[in-house]
Amino acid sequence: MITVQGLTKRYARTVAVDHISFQVQKGQIVGFLGPNGAGKTTTMRILTCFLPPSEGTANVAGFDVLENPMEVKKRIGYLPETPPVYPEMEVREYLTFVGKLKGMSGQSLANRVTEVGERCAVADVQSKLIGKLSKGYRQRVGLAQAIIHNPDVLILDEPTAGLDPKQINETRELIRGLAGDHTILLSTHILPEVEQTCEQVLIINKGKLVATDSVHNLQNRARGAESVWVEVEGRDGSLDPKVIQGRLERISGVSRVIFKETSNNRSSFEVESLKDRVIRGDLARAVVEAGWNLNELRSAAMSLEEIFLQLTGTELAVEATPAVEAVAQGEER
Amino acid sequence: MRNVWIICQKELNSYFTSPVAYLLLTMFALIFGFFFWNSVGYFNMMGLESQMRGQAFPMSVNEYVIRPLLSNVSVIGLFFIPMITMRLFAEEKRMGTIELLATSPVRDMEIIIGKWLAALILYAVMMLFTAINFAFLFRYGNPDWKPLAIGYLGLLLQAGGLLAVGTFISTLTKNQIIAGAATFGVCLMLWVLEWVAGYETATWAKVLAYFSVISHFESFAKGVVDTKDAVYYLSLIFLGLFLTSRSMESLRWRT
Repeated sequence: MITVQGLTKRYARTVAVDHISFQVQKGQIVGFLGPNGAGKTTTMRILTCFLPPSEGTANVAGFDVLENPMEVKKRIGYLPETPPVYPEMEVREYLTFVGKLKGMSGQSLANRVTEVGERCAVADVQSKLIGKLSKGYRQRVGLAQAIIHNPDVLILDEPTAGLDPKQINETRELIRGLAGDHTILLSTHILPEVEQTCEQVLIINKGKLVATDSVHNLQNRARGAESVWVEVEGRDGSLDPKVIQGRLERISGVSRVIFKETSNNRSSFEVESLKDRVIRGDLARAVVEAGWNLNELRSAAMSLEEIFLQLTGTELAVEATPAVEAVAQGEER
Repeated sequence: MRNVWIICQKELNSYFTSPVAYLLLTMFALIFGFFFWNSVGYFNMMGLESQMRGQAFPMSVNEYVIRPLLSNVSVIGLFFIPMITMRLFAEEKRMGTIELLATSPVRDMEIIIGKWLAALILYAVMMLFTAINFAFLFRYGNPDWKPLAIGYLGLLLQAGGLLAVGTFISTLTKNQIIAGAATFGVCLMLWVLEWVAGYETATWAKVLAYFSVISHFESFAKGVVDTKDAVYYLSLIFLGLFLTSRSMESLRWRT
């Protein structure tokens, strides 16, 4: 449905998109992932014929964006980062206007407006001014606008940006519901969104495509063997981290123990298991039986977040999503 | 053509759902009403005077009332045109709705003409208010309607040209105030250019004066369609719309 080859977009001084190539199959939901300023919006704008590429080709729904922009535009629905709504219009009036712009008319348009309004849960505000709507409603009106003419391809630029958690969930549900009928390319910098909604991920950084794979494969790539983070505290006086390390290494199924840090008599280790071995239970038991406190035990397996950071090479700017913390305080003996 | 009308309708709706259209129409009606009242009052006084002197020569309503008033309207229009055009594209750019228009299966030129047409229609509605005043002249006097009709044609042509220039300026910025102020400046310059012809007879002054929108209106005010003047206005319309389409095109390369 979407074929992009060697796509490049240069501005006066910067290269926003640098020779990216990818393909999206019919009916797929593809997540377009990258930090802010990575070139996601630029790529989407090229695909929607808003910007011409400096180099390379993009083929959407069977037509080239440069040679046949009119045909491409008929077959795409686009939700830009800020929903392109007119505050002085009523919801129904607006959707009708967009429908006409996309070449619909008459009764079929009226029916479609009603249908889309219900599907995007904006039917209850259809005679309100868009300017008076909350951000969440406005976003949904934007989404309704994008699907009004039942396009083959939907391009959504950060569809959940600025929504509250409940609205985010509703919007994701809605997008998932749209898959199948439409081929969807959605951009985001929020990882769980991709994990939840998409089948395929394209990771882009500084204008370059750094990875493209299915969500499932990407996660597996990182989760071959289990990796556990443990923090151990000595109970009476100081405890030599080497002693702990030695003890942990003797547990069966452990392939490697990496000493991380020590402070205030607490030492942290990353323990890796052999492939397909579960070691957490043994690990906890070993620590407690040795008479130490087990302060923390959590999965250090790479989330998509870490894969993403690894691939894009950016520093962990925000705290990673709280990992499962199995804190087992050592019992008093 | 259908798309032009869709865009035009949408623009007219947004003029008339916001206070913009009503404010402009009210202001214009008041200002023009004042001009009309003055003009008719002056005409009456002149009529009385000539009667008292006993030299009852025929005074033409067309020549003494309609013609100067039409010229006044063409100048008043200069002040209103920036307010009509300033939002056309600046607002779309600021709201991001330009992305919707530019990614819909609609040609740039259809968007531009639709918007320009809506502006022209709003201007024409303004002109309707002058017609209410002129109607009194027809009720109580006996003016010739043909020069008036030609005067209106001239006003629409002139406004068409300036509105096209205003539309172009509106594509250059996201800020309505800037678009409005710049359009106003250009309109004003196009008005006062003819002043140089008052004291200078060199070729450059003639060329400069030729570019003045007002000087081309004189023939229309007299009730004469001069091809030269009509061509000037039509060229201005084409130039304005052409520049707008170039500017929209460049928007795609710059954004």
